[in-house]
Amino acid sequence: MRQKISVNVNGVPRENEVEPRLLLVQYLRESLNLTGTHIGCDTGQCGACTVLLDGQAVKSCMVLAVQANGAQVRTVESLASGDAYHPVQQAFWDLHGLQCGFCTPGFLMATVSLLQRNPNPTDAEIREQLEGNLCRCTGYQNIVAAVRSAAEKMRAAPAASPTPMPAGAGGE
Amino acid sequence: MSVTRLFGASVKRREDPRLITGRGAYTDDIKLPGMLHMAVLRSPYGHARIKAIDTAKAKAHPGVRAVYTGADLLGRMNPIPCAWLIPDSDLKVPAYHALAKDTVRFTGDGVAMVIADDPATARDALDLIDVDYEPLPVVTSQEQAAATGAPQLHDDAPGNLAFHWKFAHGDVDAAFRDAEVVVKHRFVQQRLVPNAMEPRSAVASWNPGAEELLIYNTTQNPHIARFLTAVTTSIPENKIRYIARDVGGGFGSKIPFYPGDALAVFASKDLGLPVKWTEDRRENYVATIHGRDQITEVEMAAKRDGTMTGLRVKALSNMGAYLSTAAPGVPTWLFALIVPGCYTIQNYACDVFGYFTNTTPTDAYRGAGRPEAAFLIERMADLLAAEVKMDPVEIRRKNFIPADAFPYTTAGTLSYDSGNYQAALDKALAMVDYAGLRQKQAELRQQGRYLGIGLSTYVEVCGLAPSAAAGAMGFQGGLWEPATVRVLATGKVVVLTGTNPHGQGEETTFAQMVGDMLGVPVEDVDVVHGDTGAIPMGWGTYGSRTTAVGGTAIYKATVKVIEKAKKLAAHLLEASPDDLEFEQGSFRVKGSPGKAKTIQEIALMANVAWNMPEGMEPGLEESTFHDPTNFTFPFGTHICVVEVDADTGEVKIERYIAVDDVGVVINPMIVDGQVHGGVAQGIGQALYEHAIYDEGGNLITGSMMDYTVPNATQIPTIETARTETPCPHNLTGVKGVGETGTIASTQAVVNAVVDALSPLGISDIEMPLTPERVWRAMRAAQASAAPTGQP
Ligand code: FES
Ligand code: FES
Repeated sequence: MRQKISVNVNGVPRENEVEPRLLLVQYLRESLNLTGTHIGCDTGQCGACTVLLDGQAVKSCMVLAVQANGAQVRTVESLASGDAYHPVQQAFWDLHGLQCGFCTPGFLMATVSLLQRNPNPTDAEIREQLEGNLCRCTGYQNIVAAVRSAAEKMRAAPAASPTPMPAGAGGE
Repeated sequence: MSVTRLFGASVKRREDPRLITGRGAYTDDIKLPGMLHMAVLRSPYGHARIKAIDTAKAKAHPGVRAVYTGADLLGRMNPIPCAWLIPDSDLKVPAYHALAKDTVRFTGDGVAMVIADDPATARDALDLIDVDYEPLPVVTSQEQAAATGAPQLHDDAPGNLAFHWKFAHGDVDAAFRDAEVVVKHRFVQQRLVPNAMEPRSAVASWNPGAEELLIYNTTQNPHIARFLTAVTTSIPENKIRYIARDVGGGFGSKIPFYPGDALAVFASKDLGLPVKWTEDRRENYVATIHGRDQITEVEMAAKRDGTMTGLRVKALSNMGAYLSTAAPGVPTWLFALIVPGCYTIQNYACDVFGYFTNTTPTDAYRGAGRPEAAFLIERMADLLAAEVKMDPVEIRRKNFIPADAFPYTTAGTLSYDSGNYQAALDKALAMVDYAGLRQKQAELRQQGRYLGIGLSTYVEVCGLAPSAAAGAMGFQGGLWEPATVRVLATGKVVVLTGTNPHGQGEETTFAQMVGDMLGVPVEDVDVVHGDTGAIPMGWGTYGSRTTAVGGTAIYKATVKVIEKAKKLAAHLLEASPDDLEFEQGSFRVKGSPGKAKTIQEIALMANVAWNMPEGMEPGLEESTFHDPTNFTFPFGTHICVVEVDADTGEVKIERYIAVDDVGVVINPMIVDGQVHGGVAQGIGQALYEHAIYDEGGNLITGSMMDYTVPNATQIPTIETARTETPCPHNLTGVKGVGETGTIASTQAVVNAVVDALSPLGISDIEMPLTPERVWRAMRAAQASAAPTGQP
């Protein structure tokens, strides 16, 4: 039995009929063609699928699409506004926080959430709070550096922190 | 030629904008009209005969388009080939069917496949296939496989022996006869799971009209995949186009050609529609290759003064159930030749036995044979040091190939082209304050604390490879690399490379190099890889070869472009080519600075070809095929400092120093990143990772829950530094850095832990050095020491 859901994804209201067992990550990737959110394990271990659900970082392979009914979802596609990258994106680029890039969208979203909770984390806190995101390429060192740098920039220019939600980032 | 501006600069990666915005093009992101989805039914048994398969219910399931079993493929698909046929080793290559014919030989072996309208339906239908299995006895370790009476996997491989490969140099028997000291040890290189974060995926699309195959695939080497697809499916090679643009990590696991790839192609061709197959992580654990899994018995002959004189190695390698694409070359050539390491040992013998077992096939995993070699020799150096009561630093200095001895032919018959092992060691010792640390270690020991310092002075062989060497080793291919550099009418540059970087950053590195040489902005240079439709040939990215081999090819092609441009410039400036100088993108007549043409102006004329010198062809495009004359030999010293918790056995890495010599560095930021990631994987092996099978052949560490892929809290900060000894035999001086970190690091960690615990009389602990294993080793050592009253 398909169920109707309404979800606001990256500022765009969506209405779809979905299978009850459809995962949120599959909904994003398959139904909305937002392929920036990746599937590294689909069992909640790797964090590649991390998105913001009503502002909280969640692993979208652990959430059913129907559970997102009525919620706000933000994916990596919404981070930049026009040509301006989110400070977290910018820091990952500046400091070589990615190699193959497969884990990166998950790290970016987890970092946005982390810095909302804790705008001035220590390196140890960064490492602990990103424990749920795995990267096989970078050894994490430049990821930690990027998070630290993004935190500094966002503290220095708080206006930049709440990223505007562009209407055109809805995919499809 | 001025190569100064970009070459050597930490230019930010041009790969990143698409990857940080979610606009990458990984294979699973691809959607084609009419695309169907494939799922593979995999054996739940380690070893079983298939008595019957009933697919009727699956076929009748709504949304299912087709179901195939091994019987459906017979005569229509060739077995998955092995492409490294090591000579003189009695190599056996049993048929590896994409779907088992009558026997399954590992959990994960393919039994049937379902093609359906969506992935969930395909997976659901797998449950509707009835397979009647007759379980057979299982053997999972190479030592069991070698035993008499062991269950046999293949009729054509008696004793489960896949090969026995031998190597010897010098007078090994004499070295042992004359030895004043002999140190013996048995090492276990545990099995690892590569765990690239992107699972494998293929989207195969057969065009029945043109009779052409387009396939998107997560491969490190699209041209090899194209060739092996042709061999397996009988689709002509010139009718196959592979695209692998963004690949989410590989570490060797995306070198092989897999049954899943072949099956997607088969189904697409059979049904005339695109077919996508993306493995899930559980499938990745059992159906994508594993790495390492080698047991070695090592003997080292030496003099009392610490001089190493001979080395004997017997290695038992677990090949898994079948021979994967490059598998036989990994524990033989890639391992054995570099075992003597940085040392002047000239008497060396190595016997490698490869065994079939009821496990996932093993193949190249980051470093591929060389981490095993570096581990072995660097652990033996420490064991010898302990035996003759020398400091680990001194034993290394004593046996190093001296800096003035290069080029040096080793007992592994490699010709090390350059090196300065002392310099890297000295630099690392200074960074870590070795003397001060030893002092501190002594003080902490007084307090019952266990600080350990581990060294790894490694050398590796990479930049694979001179094609003649590849051929002599039985690799069924060359390892040269082509390049095309094309300057368009607008002055924009296209670089085609047959390598396929997937995280290593060569879209940037190569653009830096070409931009510098041509004097054009780096933004104007586009590097194209991962498309066999655009790039005529190539051997791919692995073996730290991309920049050293592929980059050198690009360098040569760029030099040719400049030569042609210069002739055209001379024509247009009415000057002799000899009177022109080329600097920062302009050809100038020497002595008359006003007379000049930019490379963009030359490119425009070359492309419109209105006014060309007599006999010059239009276009500004050159191709080359670079075949290296030797391997490259990066080296360095890694030092790991650990403290072991006396109560819990937990190992804490206090400092990690990596001094590497990878030759000339084009982009230091990227090189550091490669070292970080490589070291993290080496630490992963030392401390955390272990693929374990139970007696029935089930992989009990078959998920990210049960197999530890290190997270951010488990990897320390890595302090990197470099010495720079340019590679003397290629034009760039580059050696390669993709594997150094992994090759160098594992033994540094283990040596550190053993050093920490040496007061307890501990001389080895088998990897991974989990708290439990370390704790048990400490308890056992204390128990056996207790009667004498010594702590
Ligand atoms: S895909 Fe969701 S945690 Fe791995
Ligand atoms: S960048 Fe490749 S997994 Fe993180």
